[in-house]
Amino acid sequence: MRTVPAETITEAVEAMCIKVCHELSDDMKACLYDAYEKETSDTGKKILGQLKENLGIASKEMIPICQDTGMAVIFLKVGQEVCFTGGDITDAVNEGVRRGYTKGYLRKSVVSDPIQRVNTGDNTPAVIHYEIVPGDKVMITLAPKGFGSENMSRLFMLKPSDGIEGVKNAIIAAAKDAGPNACPPMVIGVGIGGTFEKCALMAKEALTREAGVHSDIGYVRELEEEMLTKINELGIGPAGLGGKITALAVNINTYPTHIAGLPVAVNICCHVNRHITREI
Amino acid sequence: MERHITVPFDRTVSESLSAGDYVFLTGTVYVARDAAHKRMTEALECGKGLPFDIKDQTIYYMGPSPARPGRVIGSAGPTTASRMDRYAPALMDLGQTGMIGKGRRSEQVKEAMIRNKVTYFAAVGGAGALLSRCITSSEVIAYEDLGTEALLKITVSDFPAIVVTDCHGASLY
Repeated sequence: MRTVPAETITEAVEAMCIKVCHELSDDMKACLYDAYEKETSDTGKKILGQLKENLGIASKEMIPICQDTGMAVIFLKVGQEVCFTGGDITDAVNEGVRRGYTKGYLRKSVVSDPIQRVNTGDNTPAVIHYEIVPGDKVMITLAPKGFGSENMSRLFMLKPSDGIEGVKNAIIAAAKDAGPNACPPMVIGVGIGGTFEKCALMAKEALTREAGVHSDIGYVRELEEEMLTKINELGIGPAGLGGKITALAVNINTYPTHIAGLPVAVNICCHVNRHITREI
Repeated sequence: MERHITVPFDRTVSESLSAGDYVFLTGTVYVARDAAHKRMTEALECGKGLPFDIKDQTIYYMGPSPARPGRVIGSAGPTTASRMDRYAPALMDLGQTGMIGKGRRSEQVKEAMIRNKVTYFAAVGGAGALLSRCITSSEVIAYEDLGTEALLKITVSDFPAIVVTDCHGASLY
């Protein structure tokens, strides 16, 4: 058994919140720079140029890349040989979010109830997904999610007979509907299979995959490439004002499913696809 | 076409703007998003006035991140405008002439824009750090309890935007 103080998790989450909202990861930065080189529309290129400049200002002057610093989504993979000490782990994670969003001058965007809508004032609670894994390490992935793009996400409960064509149509429909609202160029996380909730969770986790890394399943990799090409052919372009760069990546995760179903979840993210991982 | 526009502006200026124009806005702009729009609409419904005179004014759909000490404002990019569609026509009917946001608008909004000669500008979503540099002052004028959703009055200087839907019904989307 390895003991890990809850405070260690709090401190890690606090630092991760601040870093991820000011500095885009190298993989996403490379994607955006590459998009700037490839874009042929004048307006599109101008916008991508502004986005590049924005990244520089954000990290240099410590101004969040985007004012929507999101709801904190956290994937916590806990080794089964780990024993947390000194407090409740969920409280520890939320304390990290509270400190990070307060000390980092990040926006508090969470309301305590979806209908009564009173701001909690510290961006808690986070949405935390726990997973027990072998070993004695704790892997924390933080992905603060903005809602301009979250609102454009979709879940389709397809029939097995819809097959891969149905899946393709669903992904394209979601990207098309998202259009200018989701701050393109987008990153698109897709879940195929599982159950209703497993499928959505896979789509979310797919967004945390390093850009440029493909699925190791042959047909899924081909689907990722084909969908990226097709979405870029829609012509939506940067900021939705036309151009060839509408998406930066399409990441697809799959899971076994029921004989009667073919769930597909499409989680849309903007170009500020924030994700950071730390091992404790 | 590139244009430098002073805000507030009246219908005549709005009528001179066309979808696709690049503009740089300088002057006073009001900031409101979902919760502030709901409050303003409730105030109008029960016969109370708005916290400011909306005639010829521009509303920026935005909720900033907090300002660090010594700074005017935090990150300050546009939010999705369609969430304000339910509230926007009534405000345009009271004289609002400009909106800054991002994304598509409803048919009701487009009709109200033509009726009242209102221009819809898009600022680049996700460029909040860059846009914050064009904001030279910011004060809360109402609904402070809403936090980032409070109603603000800000001063902008050469704030870059694109006319995405003009008051004649043309749109870039």
